[in-house]
This record gives sequence, structure tokens and C-alpha cells, in this order.
Amino acid sequence: MIEVENLTKVYNQHRAVDGISFRVEKGEILGFLGPNGAGKTTTMRILTCYMPATEGTARVAGYDVFEESIDVRRRIGYLPESPPLYPEMTVNSYLNFVARIKGVPSARRRSSVDDVMQKCSIGDVGRRIIGKLSKGYKQRVGLAQALLNNPEVLILDEPTIGLDPKQIFEVRSLIKNLAGEHTVVLSTHILPEVSMTCSRVVIIDRGKVVAQDTPQGLTNQMKGAERIALQIDGPREAVLEKLRSIDGVLSVQAGDGQGPAADYTVECRLESDLRSALAQAVVSQGWGLLELRGISLSLEDVFINLVTRE
Amino acid sequence: MQNILAIWQREMKSYFVSPIAYVVLTVFLFLSGVFFFSMLTAVVQSTMMQGFGQGAQPVDVPGIVSRSFFGTTSVVLLFMIPMLTMGLFAEEKRRGTIELLRTTPVGNFQAMMGKYLAGVTFLLVMFCASGLTMSALFIYGQPDLKPILGGYLGLFLYGAALLALGLFISTLTENQIVSVVITFGAILILWLIEALAGGAEGVTRDVLSYLSVIGHLDDFIKGVIDTSHVVFYLTFAFVGLFLTYRSLESMRWKS
Repeated sequence: MIEVENLTKVYNQHRAVDGISFRVEKGEILGFLGPNGAGKTTTMRILTCYMPATEGTARVAGYDVFEESIDVRRRIGYLPESPPLYPEMTVNSYLNFVARIKGVPSARRRSSVDDVMQKCSIGDVGRRIIGKLSKGYKQRVGLAQALLNNPEVLILDEPTIGLDPKQIFEVRSLIKNLAGEHTVVLSTHILPEVSMTCSRVVIIDRGKVVAQDTPQGLTNQMKGAERIALQIDGPREAVLEKLRSIDGVLSVQAGDGQGPAADYTVECRLESDLRSALAQAVVSQGWGLLELRGISLSLEDVFINLVTRE
Repeated sequence: MQNILAIWQREMKSYFVSPIAYVVLTVFLFLSGVFFFSMLTAVVQSTMMQGFGQGAQPVDVPGIVSRSFFGTTSVVLLFMIPMLTMGLFAEEKRRGTIELLRTTPVGNFQAMMGKYLAGVTFLLVMFCASGLTMSALFIYGQPDLKPILGGYLGLFLYGAALLALGLFISTLTENQIVSVVITFGAILILWLIEALAGGAEGVTRDVLSYLSVIGHLDDFIKGVIDTSHVVFYLTFAFVGLFLTYRSLESMRWKS
């Protein structure tokens, strides 16, 4: 549905986007992840025909964003970083205007406006002036605008920014429901959002793609080692020695637990589940095993690993 | 066409929900009303004076009043037109709604025409309102219709030309104040150029006086419709729109 090849955008010698390539299949939700200034917005602006690339090509729904810009624009819905709203208009007249310029025939205009208002739960503010709405409502009016005319491809630049937790949840499930029928590209720097909504992640940093995979694949790929946390009631030195002697343990670190019980973190080789071996070793010594759990690497750790600069 | 209409309608609504439309209309009507009234009393007084003297000649009161009315209206428009065009593109840029226009299937030409026609429509609204003042001449006298229609046609072409210039300047900035000041300055130069022409000689003089936006109005106000003046204003508007279009196209590369 979206094919990006070697896309580059140079602003006054600064390479905002530097030769990135990726593909999005029909019905997928692609998460675009990166620190601020990584080139997320620039890439999205190129995909939506807002600005041309310096080098490389991008095709959306089979049309070139530069050569066949109008054909692309007919098939996309775009929510820019700050929602493009006319503050003096009412929500109804604004959505009507957008429906018109997107070419929704007048017979269907009323119903398609009602439909997106219901999807974004803004039905109660239809007659209100946009300028007087709260940030969360404005953001949802912006999203409603992008959904008008039922576009094949949705490009959403930080869709959940400015929303409260309940609204974030609603918008995320709305986006999830859109997958299948629509192809969605969304950018964010909120990591849980990616693992919750996206089927694939592209991490970009300083204009380059540093990783792309499923959220699960990325965490596995970055893990390198399994970690297990333990809380043991027993003599510190003896515990450390015992734990280190178990086959498969790479290192053991003691936390600064007070009293008789202390925290330990065991790092062990990948794909060797040592949890029962550890439990046995502790119990056989007569120490108290208060806690034992596997630590899974979060997407956050992966992200930090990938984009942390020296 | 559908898109031009949509943009035009949105622009008209936004004129009338913002105070701009009311301020411009009020000030325009007030100023042209004051000038009309003072002109009328001055002409009537001087006619009466003459009447007491010897060999009174018939005086065309409505003619003199309407001529000077068009003259002053053209000056008032000079101040009003930048207000109408200042926000047309500058506001879209400032609010980021230009991103909406340029990622939906609205061409630059359609966006430009929608906005330009909204400005032109507003100009017609202003003329209709000032027609109320003019109607006094028809109620109390029998003015010659030709110079009045000619005057309105001239003012319309003059206004349409200046609107195109203002529209172009509005694409250059995202600040309405900058837009209004530059437009006003540009129009003022095109107006004062006539004074400069007085000091020049030969070809320079001809070129300078040809460029004067207000000089081309004189014949219209006298009731003479000379195609060379019509061509001047139409060319002016065309150049303004052409520059606007180019500027919109180039925005794509600069942003």
C-alpha cells in the first residue's frame, strides 16, 4: 500500500530524512517511532504530498506522491502534528467543509460527517465553535477530519497527544478497529502506544531507519540475555556464591535489601529458563525464597538502546 | 469548480463571523457618507452663490457630486482592500490549515480562485451598500446614469486589481500585520507614482503615469469606457493572480 524507497529530504544542508526505505502492506498499522527531530513529521509530510522529497520515491496506494499527487490526496486522510482547524467555524460546518473539498458527494455528506463524529465521540460538540473547545476535543475533531471520505490510507502524526487517559484508550481502540480495511501509519514517541496498537514498528533516528520489525520481534532481538529477579532470605555471601555456581548463570548482582531478605538480579543465557533451577537451589539450602520473577525487556529499553547516542 | 465554491463559501463565512467585515463595511460607509455629504453641501452652496450673481448657468449637481464621490471612494478603497486580503493566505499559514488544503484534493488554482472571488464578492457587497448613498441623487435629482455606471465599473476593476495584489502579498508571510502593511505600502506607491511622473520627462513620464493605478479611473468616472483602461486593470489583476499561483507552487518547495 505504501512503498518508500531511499527517501531523502535536505533542508539547508541538514539531512532531516536520510535515505529511508520501508513498506506498509494493506491493512497494517505501522508505528513510526523516534525521538523528537528524528524525521517522523518530515516523512509523513512527504507521504501526504505536502512537500516533495529531495531524493527517492514514495508511492501511496499505487500512485507516486510527486507525479500523481492529486490521486494520492484523494486516497489519504491526514492528521498533522497540530490539527488543521479553523477556530471561527463550528465543528459541523468545519467537517462539512472538509467533506466537500475531499469530494464527498452532497447526498452522502451529512451521513459521513455524522459517522466520523460518532466514531470520534464528538457528537455532543457539533454546534460549538472550534476555537472554544478543549485540546482533547480539538485533537478529536482533527482525527474526525482525517477519517472523512473513508480513505484507504490514514497518516496520523501523534494522534493521541493532548488527550486524557480515557480518550487515549478510545482513540487507540478506534485506530485498532480501522486496521484491516484501512492502512494506518502513525507516529508517536509514547512507547506503550506502539506495542498496543501497531502490527509493525519502524524506529528512526537522525533521519535513518535503525530498526524495523514487529514489537515482539524487536524486544526479542534486543534482549541478548534473560534476567530474573529474586528476593531471598539468607546470608548474602553464601547466596551469591550458590547462585553463581548454577549452570547457565552469567552474572549475579545483589541489590541493597535491608534486613534479612535481599534482592538479587540474575542474568542468564538466552533461552535457558533457569527459574526452577534457581528455586530448587535456594530451597535446598533452607533459605526463604520470597520472590522470583522473570524480567522482560520492554520496548522502552529497546528504544533507548537503539537511539542513545554516545 | 466544486472546490472553488467550497473555499469561496468558507471564506465568505469567515469574513462575516470575524469583526473584519463589519469594521471594513462600517468605516467604508461612514467615510464615503461623510465625503458625499460634505461634497453635496459644498456644491449646493456654490450653486446658490452663483445663482445670486449675474447670468446663472445650469449646474450639474448630481454629476459633480458623483464624480467627486467616486474619486474619494477610490482613496478609501486604497485603505480597505489590504484589510480584505491580509488574512487570506497568511492566516492559513499561521494556523497550519494550509496543510489541510495541500493534502486534500484541492489544487492551488482552486484555493486561489476561491479566495480571490471571496474578496471580489465582498467588494461588491461594499458597492451595494454605498449605492444607498448614491440613491439620494436619484431621489432628489436626475443624474446622468452613464458616468455613475462607468464609475462603478471602474472602481470594480480597480478594486479587483488591488485584491489580486493583496492576495499575492498574503502568500508571502504568515503574519497578517506584515501582509496588510506591505500591501498598503505597495498600493500607495502605485498611487503616488503619478506625482513622481510629474517631475519626470519623456518616456519615463509616460511609463510612470501609465502605471498609476488611480489615473486610469478618470475616464470611467467621466462615463467613458476606454478599453485601454479596462485592459490595464485586467492585466494588473492577471499578473497579481499569476504571482499568487507561482508563490503557492513555490511554497511547496520552501516549507
